[in-house]
Amino acid sequence: MTEISVPALSLVVLVGVSGSGKSTFAAKHFKPTQVVSSDYCRGLVADDENDQSATPEAFDLLHHIVGVRLRRGLLTVVDATNVQWKARQSLIALAKSHDVLCDAIVLDVPEEVAVARNAFRPDRDFGAHVIRRQRNDLRQSLSKISRDGFRRVHVLRGDDIENAVIGYERAWTDRTDLTGPFDVIGDVHGCASELETLLARLGYDDGVHPENRTAVFVGDLVDRGPDSPAVLRRVMGMVERGTALCVSGNHEQKLVRALNGRKVRVAHGLEKSLEQFALEDEAFTQRARAFMDGLISHYRLDGGRLVVAHAGLKEAYHGRASGRVRSFALYGDTTGETDEYGLPVRYPWAEQYRGKAMVVYGHTPTTHAEWVNNTICLDTGVVFGGRLTALRYPEKEIVSVPAERVWYEPARPLTSRGREPDVLDIGDVTGDRYVETSTGTVKIREENATAALEIMSRFAVDPRWLVYLPPTMAPPETSRRDGHLEHPDEAFAEFAAAGVKRVVCEEKHMGSRAVAVLARTPEEALAKFGIEGLGTVFTRTGRPFFGERQEEFVHALREAFDPLFATLDTPWLVLDGELLPWSAKAGDLIRSQYASVGAAASAALPVAVAALEAAAGRGLDVGSILDRTRRRHANAARFREAYARYCGPVSGISGLRFAPFQILACAEGATAVTRSHDWHLDHLAAIGHPLIAATRHTYVDLDDDDQRAAATRWWTGLTAAGGEGMVVKPVAPAGNRVQPGIKVRGPEYLRIIYGPDYLESLDDLRRRFLGRKRSLALREHSLGVEALSRLAAGEPLHRVHEAVFSVLALECEPVDPRL
Amino acid sequence: MLLTISTTRAPATDLGFLLHKHPGRVQEFPRAFGVAHVFYPEATDERCTAALLLEVDAVRLARTRGKATPEFSLGQYVNDRPYAASSLLSTAMADVFRTARSGRCNARPELAETAIPLEITLPALPCRGGPGLARRLFEPMGWDVTAEPIPLDPAFPEWGESRYVTLTLKGEQRLADALNHLYVLLPVLDDAKHYWIAEDEVDKLIRAGEGWLAAHPDLTLITKRFLNRRTALTRAAFARLAEVGDDDEETLEPPAEEEVRVPLNTLRRDAVTAAVGELGARTVIDLGCGSGQLILALLDEGVQKITGVDVSAHTLMIAARRLKLDRMGSRTRERVELFQGSVTYTDARFAGYDAAVLMEVVEHLDPPRLPAMERVVFGTAQPRHVLVTTPNAEYNPRYENLTGLRHPDHRFEWTRAEFRAWADGVAGRYGYDVEFRPVGDDDPEVGPPTQMAVFTKETQA
Repeated sequence: MTEISVPALSLVVLVGVSGSGKSTFAAKHFKPTQVVSSDYCRGLVADDENDQSATPEAFDLLHHIVGVRLRRGLLTVVDATNVQWKARQSLIALAKSHDVLCDAIVLDVPEEVAVARNAFRPDRDFGAHVIRRQRNDLRQSLSKISRDGFRRVHVLRGDDIENAVIGYERAWTDRTDLTGPFDVIGDVHGCASELETLLARLGYDDGVHPENRTAVFVGDLVDRGPDSPAVLRRVMGMVERGTALCVSGNHEQKLVRALNGRKVRVAHGLEKSLEQFALEDEAFTQRARAFMDGLISHYRLDGGRLVVAHAGLKEAYHGRASGRVRSFALYGDTTGETDEYGLPVRYPWAEQYRGKAMVVYGHTPTTHAEWVNNTICLDTGVVFGGRLTALRYPEKEIVSVPAERVWYEPARPLTSRGREPDVLDIGDVTGDRYVETSTGTVKIREENATAALEIMSRFAVDPRWLVYLPPTMAPPETSRRDGHLEHPDEAFAEFAAAGVKRVVCEEKHMGSRAVAVLARTPEEALAKFGIEGLGTVFTRTGRPFFGERQEEFVHALREAFDPLFATLDTPWLVLDGELLPWSAKAGDLIRSQYASVGAAASAALPVAVAALEAAAGRGLDVGSILDRTRRRHANAARFREAYARYCGPVSGISGLRFAPFQILACAEGATAVTRSHDWHLDHLAAIGHPLIAATRHTYVDLDDDDQRAAATRWWTGLTAAGGEGMVVKPVAPAGNRVQPGIKVRGPEYLRIIYGPDYLESLDDLRRRFLGRKRSLALREHSLGVEALSRLAAGEPLHRVHEAVFSVLALECEPVDPRL
Repeated sequence: MLLTISTTRAPATDLGFLLHKHPGRVQEFPRAFGVAHVFYPEATDERCTAALLLEVDAVRLARTRGKATPEFSLGQYVNDRPYAASSLLSTAMADVFRTARSGRCNARPELAETAIPLEITLPALPCRGGPGLARRLFEPMGWDVTAEPIPLDPAFPEWGESRYVTLTLKGEQRLADALNHLYVLLPVLDDAKHYWIAEDEVDKLIRAGEGWLAAHPDLTLITKRFLNRRTALTRAAFARLAEVGDDDEETLEPPAEEEVRVPLNTLRRDAVTAAVGELGARTVIDLGCGSGQLILALLDEGVQKITGVDVSAHTLMIAARRLKLDRMGSRTRERVELFQGSVTYTDARFAGYDAAVLMEVVEHLDPPRLPAMERVVFGTAQPRHVLVTTPNAEYNPRYENLTGLRHPDHRFEWTRAEFRAWADGVAGRYGYDVEFRPVGDDDPEVGPPTQMAVFTKETQA
């Protein structure tokens, strides 16, 4: 048995003459999908596997397929003769361009065997001279194939071909088997004393954690600081005992080269290490040198969810191996430019990072560690008098200790990296998208995303404020009762059937849906949302409510919610509510749409009635037309009353009221939105402020018919007095197949929606289709909750935005607007 | 929904003959969207009144509308059609009184040819342009017009007037003429039609307008509105009316609304095109390309590759149509690319151009979004040159009648100093040099109407 081991992610190049048994070998050892054969590609582009004229295009195709597979991280085997140097070079280059290793397996069979095998195959009509030529190429190749650039060349002859077994080598960077918990520790730079303090703070006792935590060092253990050897001693000890991992920093690389006697420029604190090593014995220097030399570029940990690299690593490089991956991991994404202090300008790769894995790194000293798109830099410049910082994983908790003194003067002043203007990428929102939510995946269609992009870009408030958009809400199944399209009975029945025991009926305010995002102070707004100001109020499509009055209104709201900020002890709040009166925002709409209809009706109908009465007076039979027209006249008057009820005088911000009914999110770790409605309503009821309108509500035990009847009477009373209706919600979240709320609108209010005379044609209108609206309501609700939980978890802007944008995209789906 | 026609010419009941509807009966005519009734509230020798009452079935009307009903889609269900004298009423009138409208009356042929005293009332006539327009349109034919505006809602006097008037027309007219006046002018005043305007609409207009329309001083407005502003049809109508009225076609051309001066957008386009040429940019990305006017100019200028980006997919469709992309020769076609994108989202497709143009774009962004745009354009796409044009707010007082900003969607308009401060800041942050140029007439006091900044990336030391 001959064991051949290849890297688990690699390009395996088979080498051998036609008839050497490559395809048989490949079929025996690899999955059919892993093997890309030149014959097969030739067949694809020519309908004939032996059409040699198609060879160049067949190889184009082969390279394309191999490239796609490698990009996607799949082991790939190339089944082609590859007896020529040029053919192998192009495959090696392809592997390199995808940062994967490349092995060759040579099947070296005697010429006569190959000729004999080909003779058996009727489709291979080329002569023995072809084999002979390939054989010559191979013989020439074999003497120098080891210099081709393969990681390893496995040559198999005779029985070895038959007896070979393939083994897979895990990549050095692959420690996905380790699940932690970890303590990732930033750049130490010889600050031995601070390191000991930090380790103690983290709970390590002489390098061992009682709860089996593992320390992970991001590199740059050495240089600049007072005692690099002591730091190395500590870290080496921990690594050897298996209580720590360490990736290489650029300073380790340079120190090794200096210790190896290579000519390097002694600067940036290397001089300190060299002085300190001069005092150490040779055995220690040997050990440290071997240790540092053996450090690898990065680790993938915890099933790939955590990546640690000294200078960070973009997603395409995770788990890959190449010179440029190592260079990225050690030095970052440098552009080759230098800044005014002579230090390299680094490309802000983290801004563009969209990977799922958390990337923890160091290298660039900043005043404090900040999250950028699921990445964090832990170099807080301890050696420059800053702090030594660690990140507890998976807790995402920052632990840091201050420097005991400034050990080394920085070349450029330490700055906060400053919050980058949280830039969103077009790739975050466009195309057909599948958005993961805690209750399943929601598909967003490209055409809806297209429409939403325009609305979002042109009209919406700043995406940093736009942390939520309210979902649409479905009405109940259509009522068969006389004079009703909607009635509480159907809402109660639906929830009861879904197993809900208790619901709350909330008064539905007739205003404009409004989401308020508020911060206790501008500083806290900046810290949480990365934007200046005290908050914002926006509509259900994300538009700002007011022009110039917006700020004034936000300040007033912020003040009104003082008690809530105090009770919840939160620096920020997101609230769902209704802005009253309706005319404040919808004034133009009311005038151009509703009042116009009312004006036309009130001018035309009395004249029509009078004309009909005159005709009737002449003895003409206009009875039924007259009746109808009189009814229409009365209906039009009711219609006018229905909209006029929701119009009120507003000047400046006086006259405005905000009626909150849900606390969407606050800084409490979990998402407030999923709490039960009594929690929301109790907290909100406690706010006594003239700007805040209360939301009247009543609870219903669905098993109790009396309570149902009482709630129905309550609804009848509300709507008879001009109320829009009510929203029925399960008091506690009821699962992802149950509507989060059902609106039951009053018969008079529905005149605004279905027209003044709608009660005349109820039977027609009862044929309404709720399916799409209900499905939308559920999907939008999941996305809304998802956006809020991403916000609460401190996820990056683009993650929150993805979910919010998706709500807007779904709202672009055509659906009966009367529902 | 209601139209009454009265006459006092004795015997007034002869109106029944003219209308071909008996004063003693109540007649019903089914319509696509409801039922039309004709009855006579009064019928004496002294005075006879015919009423046309159209009952609109709103539900049926809504069902027949396609998904394309724009803006406020609830308007499909809640609208004034059941009450107002719209095109629904005018077409019902045209059909129900078809014979009368043609002027035929076998029973009273000479009466049909005679101008008789008529009074026509429409209690709720939608009138875009106000009572004044109603007078302007009916008076030339000799009508005595009363147009009473209807308030939007008496309970909210601050809302003012609605777009409806109660219209009363009095005059001596042939009945057929009167009906044709109504048939043409009701939808013109409403400025909306409930049906798709097809080619034969021109024929209808010509027929109904015979004898009065060609000479009407508001011919242009009437033709445009009647044909729902469909330009091609309007032109066809003008041409034919010219024959009918024996008039010179040229005088029928709509009066020039634009000033004779080169419009500012042309100046702007020329200035940008010239700057692109001067900079030697061979590849240009036009961020916020709109309907593609600059793209066309740059193609002519010989720029090798021009990419147009707009945030509106609809606008891009218009641009593709204007540029005739599908009919372009393949060599030219290869030089043009259009795609949807947003300047506040980084986009790999924005990279790799010699120059990016932001022509009248920045002022459409809320000021807090500017840093994101700067990041996207100057920080990520990093073209060698960036050309930005924006209005100069100082110039605004030079526009008569301009109050506020030049466009309702402008979020701000900068003075020259504000523009410079912004541009210098961006240049400093992203390593660009910047120079400024006037676009349009550079007024010594307030500067040019448009200002342009040309950014050039500093070459690396």
